Amino acid sequence: MTGVLLRAGHVTRRFGAFTAVDDVSMRVQPGEVVGLLGANGAGKTTLIRMLLGLLAVTSGRVDLLGGPPDRERRRRLGYVPQGLGLYGDLTVRENLSFSARAYGAAEPALPPALQDYAGVLVRELPLGAQRQVAFLAALAHSSEVLVLDEPTSGVDVLARTDLWDTIRAQADRGAGVLVTTHYMQEAQQCDRLLLMSDGRLVGEGSEADIIGSTTAVAVRTADWARAFAALAAAGAPVMLAGRAIRVADADPAELAEVLSAAGIEASLQPVPATIEERMLMLARQAEAS
Amino acid sequence: MTYAVRSATVRYGRTVALDDVTVEVPGGSVIAVVGGDGAGKSTLLRALAGEVALDAGLVEAPPPQHLGYLPASSGSWAALTVTQNIDFVAGIYGLAGDELAARRAELLDRASLTPAAGRPAAQLSGGMRRKLGFVMAIVHRPALLILDEPSTGVDPVSRIDLWRLASEAAASGAAVLMSTTYLDEAERAAHLVVLDRGRVLVQGSYDQVRADFAGAVTQADQPVRAEWAWRRGRVRHEYWPAGDPPAGTTAVAPDLEDIVIALSLARRNAVRS
Repeated sequence: MTGVLLRAGHVTRRFGAFTAVDDVSMRVQPGEVVGLLGANGAGKTTLIRMLLGLLAVTSGRVDLLGGPPDRERRRRLGYVPQGLGLYGDLTVRENLSFSARAYGAAEPALPPALQDYAGVLVRELPLGAQRQVAFLAALAHSSEVLVLDEPTSGVDVLARTDLWDTIRAQADRGAGVLVTTHYMQEAQQCDRLLLMSDGRLVGEGSEADIIGSTTAVAVRTADWARAFAALAAAGAPVMLAGRAIRVADADPAELAEVLSAAGIEASLQPVPATIEERMLMLARQAEAS
Repeated sequence: MTYAVRSATVRYGRTVALDDVTVEVPGGSVIAVVGGDGAGKSTLLRALAGEVALDAGLVEAPPPQHLGYLPASSGSWAALTVTQNIDFVAGIYGLAGDELAARRAELLDRASLTPAAGRPAAQLSGGMRRKLGFVMAIVHRPALLILDEPSTGVDPVSRIDLWRLASEAAASGAAVLMSTTYLDEAERAAHLVVLDRGRVLVQGSYDQVRADFAGAVTQADQPVRAEWAWRRGRVRHEYWPAGDPPAGTTAVAPDLEDIVIALSLARRNAVRS
């Protein structure tokens, strides 16, 4: 088991007739930050809950720190769930001492940004500050594995760069980090990416590996709102990047026809696709099947 | 029609949540408000929605029946189905019968929610719940649409649906004011307002904001002055307010994320010194 902190081997989870996770194999090694991407409902949280031993697998095998994810091994792991797992009716200080004692660790010092909040009930804090508290609680016991489910959702831009500094620092001291995000700029900060769609692992590796053969067309026009509406009405998978319109996996000639029929002047240019466009195409395929 | 808050100040006890803020929201466009926790985004939106009283200044908003507001909390009833949620809100505005059925079907389709029409809101994903909230805010075709972080925690695919809904509302004449923490998203708006601790740091079109940005941003593995630097992917960006980076540093063209961080740091570092 040397070198692998977290491993899923052909893991499947069914809920009745519904397959939430379908034959997924993946791993996280020391010192790396692995980004887990996918739309809502793709199976990310179900996979995480199995990796942590919070949910039984239907088939396949999960290893945490070289064995089944039991209570002893879970002690050596830090987990920040989407719901944060804090006690709203306890203060910041009380939350941190509770989790430190549960893990048998020393209570962490408060960073400057949180010092004013030490005696404040967690439910009265802004969301960004709540996330920082959840991070501190998860990191207090020098975890070997960190699992972070959308750690920066709703957090402002400065606090977000601080949280990413913390994530990288944990990886630099040898921890393995598994992180989910909907923020594609954050996906680019990961060492390796995993993309899930419809319960299956459909891409793995660098950003370029994830994007694969998906292409896109950039549409530039002064009247983006009308062009956007016209292309959407024609059923094209449109999205916006800045104020340029982008269409994934499209034929430029067909788009030009739609725009000229609507009386909109525009320039069209093939461009490399983004991760979001790959996700959009996967969602459309899943819907169609 | 243009709606606005003018010279608005809102205090909560000793905290000044909004400090002399003026923002105009013209019909037919999407105005984006960005800023961190405690910047005053929600207070600005709630002031325009008539949910919070001003201590000073003016609000120019349509009467409540022409206003649609999606609060930062979910905005739907967990035990009601998607259809029941929409029908309940539509009923308040006097929408019923065939007219309601047609409007509901149209909105569910645009939001990709048709397959979930019979599901209780409690069983929707976060992204679907935000889209339902959006549909409920817009069902009566409001002249002014106010959306408090509609896309936070929403996956990229649902975010595309939300942007399409917002741009379609604007294209049909509504004035749309929305807050967001995704700066790439704010770049899409016709006009953007950057708030920091209750004040407007900068506002204008993305091109204007970029053109008015003073100073230089550089990129390096290790910053020269840590208090002026922030992480961007694997590297760090650093702000030079006087536009005087030392020789040998690599300048980058700042995007909105860089600009917002640089201006916030400038304000914070000025307060500190």
